[in-house]
Amino acid sequence: MTRSEITPSPAVTVPRSEAEIAARMKALEALMIEKGIMTTEAVDRLADIYENEVGPQLGAAVVAKAWTDPEFKARLLANATEACAEMGIGGLQGEDMVAVENTDTVHNVIVCTLCSCYPWPVLGLPPNWYKQPAYRSRIVREPRTMLREEFGHDVPDSMEVRVWDSSAELRYMVLPQRPANTEGKSAAELAELVTRDAMIGVAPVRA
Amino acid sequence: MNGVHDLGGTDGLGPVVVEENEPVWHAEWEKAAFALFATNFRAGLFNVDMFRSGIEQMHPAHYLLSPYYEHWVHTAEHYAVKAGVIDPTELEEKTKYYLEHPDEPLPERTDPDLLAFVDAAVKGGAPARRESDAAPAFQVGDRVTVTLDSPREHTRKARYTRGKTGVVEQTHGTFIYPDSAGNGRGDDPKHVYTVKFTNDELWGADNAEPNGVVYFDVWEPYLVPAQVPAEGAAR
Repeated sequence: MTRSEITPSPAVTVPRSEAEIAARMKALEALMIEKGIMTTEAVDRLADIYENEVGPQLGAAVVAKAWTDPEFKARLLANATEACAEMGIGGLQGEDMVAVENTDTVHNVIVCTLCSCYPWPVLGLPPNWYKQPAYRSRIVREPRTMLREEFGHDVPDSMEVRVWDSSAELRYMVLPQRPANTEGKSAAELAELVTRDAMIGVAPVRA
Repeated sequence: MNGVHDLGGTDGLGPVVVEENEPVWHAEWEKAAFALFATNFRAGLFNVDMFRSGIEQMHPAHYLLSPYYEHWVHTAEHYAVKAGVIDPTELEEKTKYYLEHPDEPLPERTDPDLLAFVDAAVKGGAPARRESDAAPAFQVGDRVTVTLDSPREHTRKARYTRGKTGVVEQTHGTFIYPDSAGNGRGDDPKHVYTVKFTNDELWGADNAEPNGVVYFDVWEPYLVPAQVPAEGAAR
């Protein structure tokens, strides 16, 4: 790559309207279809997978299993990719996954400051706020303040806050703490309590 | 490249806007934009590192203000034009046409192999691990410093880590090196490490939150052995 090629295009400096973006994408898609690179059925299939098949319900099942099966939890923390594969969970953007455990003394939170890296096989596609500049810029600089001010999650100063910036091809998920008073619940019932935000690390799991 | 995408530690970018019960797709065009990644990768137009590099070449103001998936439209367009697969003039004409006729249908084509690829890619992934005979230069517990130099091309060496010293927490083996593959060259696998930095080290004791650390994954060429010993260090 030459230096001239990394100079930003001056062509677009004003945000486009939704209608303009939609038209641009449709034009690009039409050309890609004509060139044999895309099909509308491939678009629909991918959209359906991440809307209806791959999402945070899979990560929630992993968390609930870890809470109810100590041996599985040990395997998850040792090698999350292999442990998730036992449950048939894995694939694109989760080829090398790492689970980090919240405890009484440690709170974990994940981010990608450089783009939008996120463990798709367990959490699905990220919410917009995870990808936007406000979160990516600040969570590494003042996570404790941000968790309190932006997410209403108060992490006491006595707990260490660990931020995991997904800068390479490792994909992180948080193993949240099991809430109190859930002793009688099954793994399926526990999974119902586990939210996407708890597995990103911006919220606790509530019973 | 010292681009606006490298956001870690930037101040003043406003509050986080959390959308309650956010849908996976906010508009139909987002679905097509999402599909650009897998389908254009299959067509050999880019690898994942080039895909990121293409996004980083957006105008900074546009990058910060545009909806997320417009970034994907931008990078796919960048590489398709560069490869000569699409003609920019034709793209402009078609865009104008669909803006005036938003309900006009797309061309029809079926491709069972593409559908099979999509399913296989989602399930099987696209691993970035690559074999290498190179022995790792660092071990868990080593104190390392991120080099200060600022590459002009694509890199994953975030600015907020440059010149900072941390401790190797995990070693991960060898992966595709984005500073090579992201700039259109070979995989050139390098060792990857998770390095732990204290908040004090990253932001200075006067500005750092207490009792916190940041873990950042680095490729070996970004690191040199730390010169300052941990014991007796001022921080």
